[in-house]
Amino acid sequence: MTKIPQDLRYTRDHEWIRIDGASGVMGITDYAQHAMGDIVYVELPEVGRQVKAGEDFIVVESVKGANDVFSPVSGKVAEVNEDLDGAPELLNEDPYANWLVKLEPSDPKEMDSLLDPAAYAKLVEELEAENE
Amino acid sequence: MSRPMETLFEASRAGRVGYALPPLDVPGVDCGEALQGACRENAPRLPEMAEVDVIRHFTGLSRMNYSVDEGFYPLGSCTMKYNPKINEAAARMPGFSRIHPLQPEETVQGALELMYILSDMLAEITGMDAVTLQPAAGAHGEQTGLMMIKAWHESRGDTKRTKIIVPDSAHGTNPASASVTGFDAVEVASDEEGMVDLEALRALMDDTVAGLMLTNPNTLGIFEKHILELTETVHRGGGLVYYDGANANAIMGKARPGDMGFDVLHLNLHKTFSTPHGGGGPGSGAVGVKAELEPFLPAPVIVKKGYRFGLERLKDRPRSIGRVRSFFGNFGVLVRAYTYIRTLGAAGIVEASEMAVLNANYLAKKLSSLYPLAHKGWCMHEFVLNGGPLKHETGVSSLDVAKALIDAGYHPPTVYFPLIVPEALMVEPTETESRETLDRFAEAMEAIAAKARKEGPEAFHDLPVTTPVSRPDETTAARNPILRWQFDENS
Repeated sequence: MTKIPQDLRYTRDHEWIRIDGASGVMGITDYAQHAMGDIVYVELPEVGRQVKAGEDFIVVESVKGANDVFSPVSGKVAEVNEDLDGAPELLNEDPYANWLVKLEPSDPKEMDSLLDPAAYAKLVEELEAENE
Repeated sequence: MSRPMETLFEASRAGRVGYALPPLDVPGVDCGEALQGACRENAPRLPEMAEVDVIRHFTGLSRMNYSVDEGFYPLGSCTMKYNPKINEAAARMPGFSRIHPLQPEETVQGALELMYILSDMLAEITGMDAVTLQPAAGAHGEQTGLMMIKAWHESRGDTKRTKIIVPDSAHGTNPASASVTGFDAVEVASDEEGMVDLEALRALMDDTVAGLMLTNPNTLGIFEKHILELTETVHRGGGLVYYDGANANAIMGKARPGDMGFDVLHLNLHKTFSTPHGGGGPGSGAVGVKAELEPFLPAPVIVKKGYRFGLERLKDRPRSIGRVRSFFGNFGVLVRAYTYIRTLGAAGIVEASEMAVLNANYLAKKLSSLYPLAHKGWCMHEFVLNGGPLKHETGVSSLDVAKALIDAGYHPPTVYFPLIVPEALMVEPTETESRETLDRFAEAMEAIAAKARKEGPEAFHDLPVTTPVSRPDETTAARNPILRWQFDENS
């Protein structure tokens, strides 16, 4: 069963984000880590980089291939999860506890266009039905 | 099952040699003194072995190999067609094999003529105006082509075009080449039929787009129906269109990228034109351009002056992007490609494409009842099967199917590519296989599906059993790659 925590917002590209006041933290979803298979390398952005919503700024490599990760919102990269350096398997073990980057969102309104847990669950359900 | 071989380092014994030298009969020289400190302090740690053991080592390795000379090799996207041996005979002729690229032009007229005519033939086959043979392989060709696109825009004072559009079904090399050349790769989605979404492309097209890279037929083995609209859309927006020739084997002699509106392309001579590949090369990624881009071709360019062939160097071609490869590219590969085209002739080239497409559709039809096609309708030279339903029903994944095929004596198809099809099995039979070979392969695929239904995934976990290493631990190998022999520093 694909885990979809209720306190997060989601993108159609399988990223999650949690906004807490002026800062946000984001990562990839359980569906994403499962679809990718064993993750072997994570390329994180530089702290301070400005990204636009939908811009690819992280690469997650698995045994199957390299996958771009897109920023759910616009803003500045405030911190990257250095625990992932040398331990990419953490993303397979728990993709919600093991975040990728912390962001300082520049436009809080962008959050409104993201999927709520119910809408994301529906998307995952459709994708799983398609693959069967 | 045989066990993995000892490496040369494990087999090494101190002092063992494969030669005997006579005693020194001239005064000795101190190496460190003579080379003024440039001499290394410790001897290199080379394996020490007898000749017979070296020969057995490498002969043993060669017998573990699997090649197209041994059996069917339907590795999708790689065009593993049989390479006729006449190509090898031509490449070994002393006039081609025993010359040096620095010889005076007048002493290598034959080699220059061969490259001149090969460029001409490739231009004719693709509908382009000029061809360079310098790039060493496909991705190198992509980079060369993109450098020319960049130079073309810059020559017109148009410097704000920083993006290259790439479909989501593209080969991974396309966005990588764009990035290496200094562009941002922007993805455009496929529609339900697996073709580029024309509306999505129109929405992306603006004055920051330098060009579009496209493989046609695409990675799903489908011919882009709207190809003229696609190239027109990019041209109207001021961009150029790049043709990735990875799948040219489906169309050579039938349709020409030049006529479809492409401005630049590369061909993988090592795929479409039957020169050996796999194992890292050497390849050849010839690049063709329309007349507008000809001034930007890498120098030197081979030209014909009356009855003589000569070179136009960088000083004669001020707009050239410069040299992209030492000398003339992988010349031995060029001789093989030339020989292939000459052997087939114009009619044979067309027939080769027809047979490649016929073989793919024949095999697709035979396999589609067990493994549904990822996309409906006719395919071109290759097709993608969806292993999802079999996995859902039996728990046996496409990876398991691939491993079982190894034990059945086949090289497996490409698996898990393209990424847009989960559990993808990408099959490219090529034109050189007989109906009997295709039937036997289909039977092997049927037997594997039957085994999956009867015995379940457990029966597959230990496959293959016929190889020295059954299933390499790909995850650990990728997470902690050990790329060279680890010497025991205490010994």
